[in-house]
Amino acid sequence: MRSKPILTVLHRLAILAYVVFALFPLFWLLKVSVTPNDLLYSEGVRMWPSRTTFEHYSFVIAHSAFPTFFKNSLIVAGSTAVTVTILASLAGYALSRFNFRAKYWIVALMLITQMFPLVMLVAPIFKMLSPLGLTNSLPGLVLVYTAFNVPFATFLMQSFFDGIPKDLEEAAMIDGATQFVAFRQIILPLTLPGIAATLGFVFTAAWSELLFALMLISGNDASTFPVGLLTFVSKFSVDFGQMMAAGVLALIPACLFFLLIQRYLVQGLTAGAVKG
Amino acid sequence: MTLAAHSHAAKPLRKRIADASEPYLYSAPALILIIGVMLVPLVLGISYAFRDIQLLNPFSGGFIGLDHFRALGQDEAFFRALRNTLWWTGASVFLQFLFGLILALLLDKPFAGRGLVQALVFLPWAVPSFLAGLNWAWLFNPVIGPLPHWLYALGLLDAPNNILSDPQLAMWGPIAANVWWGIPFFAITLLAALQAIPRDLYEAASIDGAGPVQRFLSITLPFLAPTIAITILLRTVWISNFADLIVVMTNGGPADRTQIVASYIFTQAFKRLDFGYASAIALVLLVLLLVYSLLIVLLRQTLLNKG
Repeated sequence: MRSKPILTVLHRLAILAYVVFALFPLFWLLKVSVTPNDLLYSEGVRMWPSRTTFEHYSFVIAHSAFPTFFKNSLIVAGSTAVTVTILASLAGYALSRFNFRAKYWIVALMLITQMFPLVMLVAPIFKMLSPLGLTNSLPGLVLVYTAFNVPFATFLMQSFFDGIPKDLEEAAMIDGATQFVAFRQIILPLTLPGIAATLGFVFTAAWSELLFALMLISGNDASTFPVGLLTFVSKFSVDFGQMMAAGVLALIPACLFFLLIQRYLVQGLTAGAVKG
Repeated sequence: MTLAAHSHAAKPLRKRIADASEPYLYSAPALILIIGVMLVPLVLGISYAFRDIQLLNPFSGGFIGLDHFRALGQDEAFFRALRNTLWWTGASVFLQFLFGLILALLLDKPFAGRGLVQALVFLPWAVPSFLAGLNWAWLFNPVIGPLPHWLYALGLLDAPNNILSDPQLAMWGPIAANVWWGIPFFAITLLAALQAIPRDLYEAASIDGAGPVQRFLSITLPFLAPTIAITILLRTVWISNFADLIVVMTNGGPADRTQIVASYIFTQAFKRLDFGYASAIALVLLVLLLVYSLLIVLLRQTLLNKG
């Protein structure tokens, strides 16, 4: 089936329009972040400034609290991703390989947690964490994010385990290994791509989370990137170059993880179709 | 070897208990966390809806029955937020779906560089939501963003002003950001469904003389229908609860014109620190979402019975 050239041209043009639409906001972020302050207003709508500068970046890195926010976000998103992946591998393995009485209820519980509005939990979680000293602390955030991400990650890991034939660990168990040893030494290494995808998904989610971080964190010391950037925006809303330089920096880890998980997007989204 | 042989013989009680408890041991850490950090707060939150809980008032905490709900019945801002939620959700889901479907159809055709194009058009999905919100707020800012000037040049705006501070137009700001951010989700899901359609169906249809429109209507659409239905339904619930973009871009303003129920709950808890009232609104939202889901299940049931 050969399609007409005119259709091919239209198809490529439509694709181009989508690429431009997807990238333009990010391009603009980058453009303003390298525009010197004196050109910011005079060359407002130009596609690229006549001079570029990295002074906004160097200011943000050397003279602002953003490196702390960046570090905090890395700690929170990294620990959340690792903890969730461990817990979700275990739970996902149980759902994939065992038939047990409570399985139905566990799945139902996990599905319910994906349906109700998380914003409902903002107030009660604050009330629960504050006497424990877990507000305004990074471990508190890790605890909350881990719980929020475990259900989705469990379904994701389960779908990866389901793709591995059962004979593998049955053979190992006939050779005398316990099921846990078979799981750890045979099945887990085979699921490495799945583990990478889960790490990526959870890292991105924890890196982006805003509302609970705003509610639970108040001081600069424990601020994550979203909280720090929003505070910065509401305090110094005229330093556009610096804000956008900070924005570009916040984008880097998310984009890196996106490239990592890109291949697994379809599987991830169909496994966790209940989540966003 | 002896151990394995042993376990295949009559199992002693201890071994049987160990076997039966194995799946529970695997899932226990995840379950404890979900129950402790999601289920317990959910129940607590429901109880707050009937109590007077204000963070800054040490004498609060008493049981007040339905007072919050009576106040809610008089709360103009709440009803406006309810209307805004419908508008926000409807417009966002419709536009995301429409553009997502078109993108999926475009990407379903093989062409040189498809992998790269896919990575680029799906990139917005990886952008943290707070950054997407800020990014679009800046684009709408006439000082540094091009959009007001372009819209003015096209004759869509009377003057190059920030639509985010115009009560009539403000909601379009977060909707635009949400559409940009959410198109990849629909496109990815629909693309996966499209690629599962057997190719020979199309060939058979074109041999029988079916044109592209006819092929789309009688092959593609019926095959996609279940995916479309489930994605739209789940996305509707998700987007109606999605307050990040609004909190970042407008904070519900100007004059509550962009306040949706989810952002209203957050504002009550975060700004006013009135946890009781926030929880009462949250409970109403929960009930509305339950009713919506129930209606969908019933609708599906009747459609299935018909078919």
